[in-house]
Amino acid sequence: MDINIFVEQLLNGFQLGMLLFLFAAGLTLVFGIMDLVNLAHGSIYMVGAFTAATLTLWLDSFILGIIFALPLTLLFGMVLEFIALRTIYARDHMDQVLATFGLILFLNELVRIIWGPAGLAIPLPILLDGSINLPLGIVYPTYRLFIILIGVLVAIGLYWLVAKTRLGMLIRAGASNRVMASALGVNIRLLFTAVFGLGAMLAGLAGMLIAPINQAQIGMGEEILILAFVVIVIGGI
Amino acid sequence: MLRLMEKATPSSTVILLLLFALMPFLAPILGEAFYVDVFARIMIWSIAAVGLNLILGYGGMVSFGHAAYIGIGGYTIAIFSFHEINNGFIQWPVALAISGAVALLFGALSLRTKGVYFIMITLAFAQMIYFLGVSADKYGSNDGLNVWHRSHFKLGNVNFKIDDNITFYYVIFFLLLLVIYFTRRLVNSRFGMVLKGSRSNEVRLNTVGIRTYSYRLTAFVISGVICGLAGVLQANFEKFVSPDMMDWPRSGELMFMVIMGGLGTVFGPVMGATAYLVLSEILSSFTIHWHLIFGPLLIILVLYGRGGLSGLFGKSND
Repeated sequence: MDINIFVEQLLNGFQLGMLLFLFAAGLTLVFGIMDLVNLAHGSIYMVGAFTAATLTLWLDSFILGIIFALPLTLLFGMVLEFIALRTIYARDHMDQVLATFGLILFLNELVRIIWGPAGLAIPLPILLDGSINLPLGIVYPTYRLFIILIGVLVAIGLYWLVAKTRLGMLIRAGASNRVMASALGVNIRLLFTAVFGLGAMLAGLAGMLIAPINQAQIGMGEEILILAFVVIVIGGI
Repeated sequence: MLRLMEKATPSSTVILLLLFALMPFLAPILGEAFYVDVFARIMIWSIAAVGLNLILGYGGMVSFGHAAYIGIGGYTIAIFSFHEINNGFIQWPVALAISGAVALLFGALSLRTKGVYFIMITLAFAQMIYFLGVSADKYGSNDGLNVWHRSHFKLGNVNFKIDDNITFYYVIFFLLLLVIYFTRRLVNSRFGMVLKGSRSNEVRLNTVGIRTYSYRLTAFVISGVICGLAGVLQANFEKFVSPDMMDWPRSGELMFMVIMGGLGTVFGPVMGATAYLVLSEILSSFTIHWHLIFGPLLIILVLYGRGGLSGLFGKSND
């Protein structure tokens, strides 16, 4: 096989892997810590993509669009947790699957009303629109490299957050024994909302990054959700 | 909600069955001929829901991929019809056998896992079948496949057609009764006892020397075959199959039907399927954005609905 094609496919794999990582990170965080199976994670990914796309078109800048869309998805995730999901942590997994399934129907329809049934395409930012010459004479799109870079940065950031910070310590404490943690004065509810918001933001980021390639569209979340489940099952929670 | 149907007395069961039986006569009187179609669909989904309930309600196995078996049943009919083999005596047994074989394979692997992993792995397997349908270019891929002729049962002197909608309606009704009767016998048998026992305490059953795995697998296969039957009926009824019929939201809907009706009751899933489909029919007649109401309604049902819709029936019949 041609080495160029091989490296190119390898990089494509990395790029998709990074998107899946961003998506699945939130999913496992929420599952590992709150024991919640959240099918609606894909909807957050979709909302993130649509928000970023709209902001990009308004502000005429993809980077600004992402910068403003991130806190919005964080907020969206926290509101979602506060209104709908907080009540189902204690339920069994089947109830969670069903309730979040209902949530998907609702959110898909909401997006359809707000943004219309057609997808929303945005152009690649000029800075990233092009390709880079790699060693061995391989030419690779800059934007896909950018996605890989973001993924690596987020991975490092997440590791730092969970392993080195006080918040990370609380998260780990909540994950291993939530009753004990709250007995020691940790506001578990607030912590859960924050963790959910964080997961939502990561899913939203994945959605934003894919938007210039695949455009933002209804149902995009469900496609990646199934893949993410596979990732989680193979990789462990 | 899990106990939705436990209180429901036989009378509400009888009323619903009577409604099914008489619908072809009632619909013209009401001036809404399409009710017959609606109720045929309800009965087909009821069959699938009864099938899923066997493992979900009695066995405690939360399969999130049962739409796959509906799809396999349906596609088998459509592919036979595509190759101009319309004899139901060939089509139907093969369709059911394939559904069963696939359920055996998937079940054998999935049942080694528990809890949320079981949910995810059944989902993943079902999506494999879905993508198989999407990638089958010869058989219509995403656009689906028309079933030009309904099954035609021809063997020796027997020559039975289901082209007439009313005839087919009663075939479906008969099969629904048969499936309910079979399930009822099954869950009250020794097999059913083991199945129910494995839901509440599997370790204990293993300790007394019963290998629950094979019982659970058998139940999984039977449930797959019943859903396959629903698919066979659906393909014949709609005269059309598409990958959409086995996409994962269908599995979710099927689960909702079972849960709405009440887990672990023989007739509950029929109630659930009826409620689910009638509700969506009514809501969608109000607005095209009916999912906006339907979604939260389902959430509320899960959260607070223990006793919910049919629980109301149950109380009024007490």
